[in-house]
Amino acid sequence: MMNHDPDSKTACFDIREDENGSLAFFFRGRLDISTAPQCLSRLSSLVKSRKPPKLLIIDLGDVTRMDDYGAMVILRLIQGLSPGPDGFRLENAGENHGRILSLVDFGQPECSVPSRVQDNIIVQLGESTIKSLKGALFFIEFIGAMVFACARAIKSPGSFRVNDTIRHMQNTGVHALPVVGLISFLLGLIMAFMSSLQLSQFGANLYVASLVGLAMVSELGPIMTAIIVAGRSGSAYAAEISSMKISEEVDALYVMGFDPNLFLVLPRMIAAMVVVPLLTVFSCIFAVAGGLAIGVFFLDLSIGAYIAQTIESLTIFELCWGLSKSLIFAILIALTGCLRGFQARGGADSVGNAATSAVVTSIFLIILFDSVFAVIRSYW
Amino acid sequence: MGDKEIIRVEKLTVRYGDDTILSDISFSVRQKEIFIIVGGSGSGKTSLMRHMVGLETPAAGRVYIGGQEISASGPEMATEPLRRIGVLFQGSALLGSMTVAENVALPIEGFSGLESDAVASMVNIKLTLVGLECYGAYLPSEISGGMKKRAGLARAMALNPDILFLDEPSAGLDPVTASEIDNLILHINKTLETTIIIVTHDLDSIFALGQKAIMLDKESKGIIAEGSPAHMRDHNPDPAVRRFFSRKPA
Repeated sequence: MMNHDPDSKTACFDIREDENGSLAFFFRGRLDISTAPQCLSRLSSLVKSRKPPKLLIIDLGDVTRMDDYGAMVILRLIQGLSPGPDGFRLENAGENHGRILSLVDFGQPECSVPSRVQDNIIVQLGESTIKSLKGALFFIEFIGAMVFACARAIKSPGSFRVNDTIRHMQNTGVHALPVVGLISFLLGLIMAFMSSLQLSQFGANLYVASLVGLAMVSELGPIMTAIIVAGRSGSAYAAEISSMKISEEVDALYVMGFDPNLFLVLPRMIAAMVVVPLLTVFSCIFAVAGGLAIGVFFLDLSIGAYIAQTIESLTIFELCWGLSKSLIFAILIALTGCLRGFQARGGADSVGNAATSAVVTSIFLIILFDSVFAVIRSYW
Repeated sequence: MGDKEIIRVEKLTVRYGDDTILSDISFSVRQKEIFIIVGGSGSGKTSLMRHMVGLETPAAGRVYIGGQEISASGPEMATEPLRRIGVLFQGSALLGSMTVAENVALPIEGFSGLESDAVASMVNIKLTLVGLECYGAYLPSEISGGMKKRAGLARAMALNPDILFLDEPSAGLDPVTASEIDNLILHINKTLETTIIIVTHDLDSIFALGQKAIMLDKESKGIIAEGSPAHMRDHNPDPAVRRFFSRKPA
């Protein structure tokens, strides 16, 4: 019995079924990448409605062009029908089609595109614990190596890379000036405005200057600057070093006899230690300027009175306290950025992970150390 | 070998800033042939290939693929001629966050119109063709350089392009792996009748694969020899060509 498909203009096969249980498919025309999706969708509805035949015959005599997509159609047909004891037979394939068919193992089971399988939650938890412990060990090792690198740089100052340090100072410090200035100015503006709403009720407008000055110098100036530097430069340190690690540049330094910590980390750390306190001073000046703008334009204070009040409220201790904090934050940012860079493994995605992780860890450590500073100060 | 011309490069000039790399070069490639672009380092082989696949816009001249101009508007060009080509980059350019199988599946899922289970079968066929059927679940960072080349080749030919561009397919590989890659290229050319354009300076590959070749030269910024690699080696009078094939410095 010959079943002509009703949609014969677009159909790429005919079907014939014998009484003895064999099923024959007669493919014709192109059986390649251009017809495979259409053939497969027609076959899938046919396959679902049929019982497995005893023998499956696939005739390719009228196929004019065939590629491996065509061979895949035949594979899917065989897999879908799962022919019985007599199996399947490919007929009239010819030399050209035979060559294509030889690319396919028709006995293979159905498969899916393998992707990275997520382990169950217990395994994931265990793995992250081990990873964290290894990370802590690596951190201790890294700090030790940095101490040795510093000692080596002091012993032979020629080994310290001055030009790199200046370049990093420029990138970390000079290039950050506009963003630090703008954010600090706006912060000062907001603080002054919000505090004036309360203080003006008591006729204490002048104390807006004290509030902005003290808050910025002892607390917000160092923290805001450190967060901006962590986002800008901490992530850049991690990205630079991780891409160097992946492209074996760090290994190259090591085998040439250079200490990667001395070569890569120390210039970045010294640069950050120099520029972050300076940026903090810059940030405080701009925040005071922001507060001054509110004081002068909205609170009828004179410029002289505002500045005098700011200076009066600040002490040398406050200034030194703020700068010491920013120095510690600078060390944390540089070390965290470089550490995350050295921990990178794998491909391009690990560079992104290193940068993200550097920023998150830096900000966490900045807040943590700021809390420690607050506790120390309360017992001072 | 087919007779029909599939690629035509007409008076192509490649320039970066003030540096002219290639000046006024013309040649054509015929269907189903393995065409090799040879030349020393810095002679502009890879630049020429990047212009031929439409990644760069020529300073002057045109590139036609199957009669359609590919060089008209650089990377933003119409995608139609791009569907006809596959490219294996020198570093394989596999996406590091995806497994080998997912890399190969990417163009098939995107452009073939197949359902996901058929995509999986197709990926398996492609990986089997390049001998990586057991490595589908690996990340690119977990396989060797030769395997990366094979995986890149499987991805490049995922949609059965008419033309495959291969940039240094055997560079950095040991002789046995390089020879395996050469055999694979011959197999693909024979089985799928794909036109293959190879950029290389590996002499073993040039003689193993090349049916036709052009040789680029840094000094003259153009083609200094054309024909079969063996003919170029044995009969070309140009000293630069002789030096290249005899591995003798100037």
